[in-house]
Amino acid sequence: MNLTLHVWRQKNPQAKGQMVTYPAREISPNMSFLEMLDIVNEELVLKGEEPIAFDHDCREGICGMCSLVINGIAHGHERGTTVCQLHMRHFKDGQEITIEPWRAKPFPVLRDLIVDRSALDRIMMAGGFISVNAGGAPDANALPVPKEHAELAMDAAACIGCGACVASCKNASAMLFMSAKICQFAHLPQGQPERMDRVRKMVAAMDAEGFGNCTNQYECEAVCPKEISVRFIAEMNRDYWRAWL
Amino acid sequence: MGGFFQFAKSSIGSKVLMALSGAVLLLWITGHMLGNLQIYAGQDALNSYAEKLRSVAVFLYVVRVVMLVIVLTHIVTSVMLWVENRRARSSRYAYNNTVQATVGSRTMIWSGLLVFVFVIYHLAHLTWGQIHPEFAHLVQKLPGGGERPDVYSMVVLGYQNGLISGSYIIAMLCLWFHLSHGFSSLFQTLGLTSVKYRPLIERAGPVFATIVVAANISIPLTVLLGLVKPAVGGLP
Repeated sequence: MNLTLHVWRQKNPQAKGQMVTYPAREISPNMSFLEMLDIVNEELVLKGEEPIAFDHDCREGICGMCSLVINGIAHGHERGTTVCQLHMRHFKDGQEITIEPWRAKPFPVLRDLIVDRSALDRIMMAGGFISVNAGGAPDANALPVPKEHAELAMDAAACIGCGACVASCKNASAMLFMSAKICQFAHLPQGQPERMDRVRKMVAAMDAEGFGNCTNQYECEAVCPKEISVRFIAEMNRDYWRAWL
Repeated sequence: MGGFFQFAKSSIGSKVLMALSGAVLLLWITGHMLGNLQIYAGQDALNSYAEKLRSVAVFLYVVRVVMLVIVLTHIVTSVMLWVENRRARSSRYAYNNTVQATVGSRTMIWSGLLVFVFVIYHLAHLTWGQIHPEFAHLVQKLPGGGERPDVYSMVVLGYQNGLISGSYIIAMLCLWFHLSHGFSSLFQTLGLTSVKYRPLIERAGPVFATIVVAANISIPLTVLLGLVKPAVGGLP
């Protein structure tokens, strides 16, 4: 496959970035999107140019590091996939592909396609944990958890914190991420003592970072590589106003 | 009160206030639509309904003040949230794409502001009687002597004018987009939804919007088509 890439290049956080066009030649349809970028980068290095900087780590869809907006869709147009698991067979030979970083004020671009996502870590530090020492694993059935509660908590905990929800949100809101991190505890008995306190603290931290506000358009849910449902946003909203009563 | 302001300032708190004020406005719009439809029952039905509404003066002013507060809450919170949302996406995408957000959901601020401008015009036309004085302050002479405001003639004579009808229809189309998202959205914001009811709630928005808008638009349309005729006697 031969493709034309339009890639966001930006030297450093202060620099003014721009879109630059590169050809991607002789790409195998079995390559992942990141492997395709590796090939382009090898060519750039051979030519003595700066390779395109992009985040990646596990390349098996579970770490949450890769973060590209491809033709305006975070992680590309395939549902429930991270960029590293997106294969070139989903593109057409000769296609033009626009590659941009996550764009949100709380995610400053560090270089090219790499953004600083520590705002999400700061939200977690505000309350995304259980503060008691839980000790070792309890005996089976010592703490009964209904199956469906455990499943729901696990659905929320599937969030890998990649930030695609923020990138795709029309308002750069982090509410899908937040709600997943809140509801993974809200559905388990261990999460109950700090439940109301947690939602207040985490929402305050999110607001302080300058994220936008959810307008219920559900673009986040559509791009989430872990297909986390906006039901958790509704649950977070409900917990939040209850926390003030 | 300090706690309330802190709540109102937070992202979800302002959203909740917007949703609650929106819920009251939905009830208002529904009641207004049902009141409007009495035009089909004729001049006497509509005029006596209007007279009844106006007869309890204290009630009328309480409702006016409450509605003003509700409308201001809805507008202030939505404009503030909109400004924050714009700031949060300070650098724009070169390639914009949308997966599932509806047109209505993406134009809420504009459809809302257009409807607001129309409401001011609508009040100036029918309530304050300033914009089209020729169609305002009409009175119906009652058979037993006495008179009452002739709302029926004000509406029919007003909407026989194509420009007035046209602006009404355009405003109602904006309202359709606004309600189709707003109605469903309110349940999500207040957390009053679940996996089971989500498909129903998401369909209910457009259905509700269609009912309200179709009922309202039917009035200028039937007037323009001559199906609803001016009351016998015409202008006083």
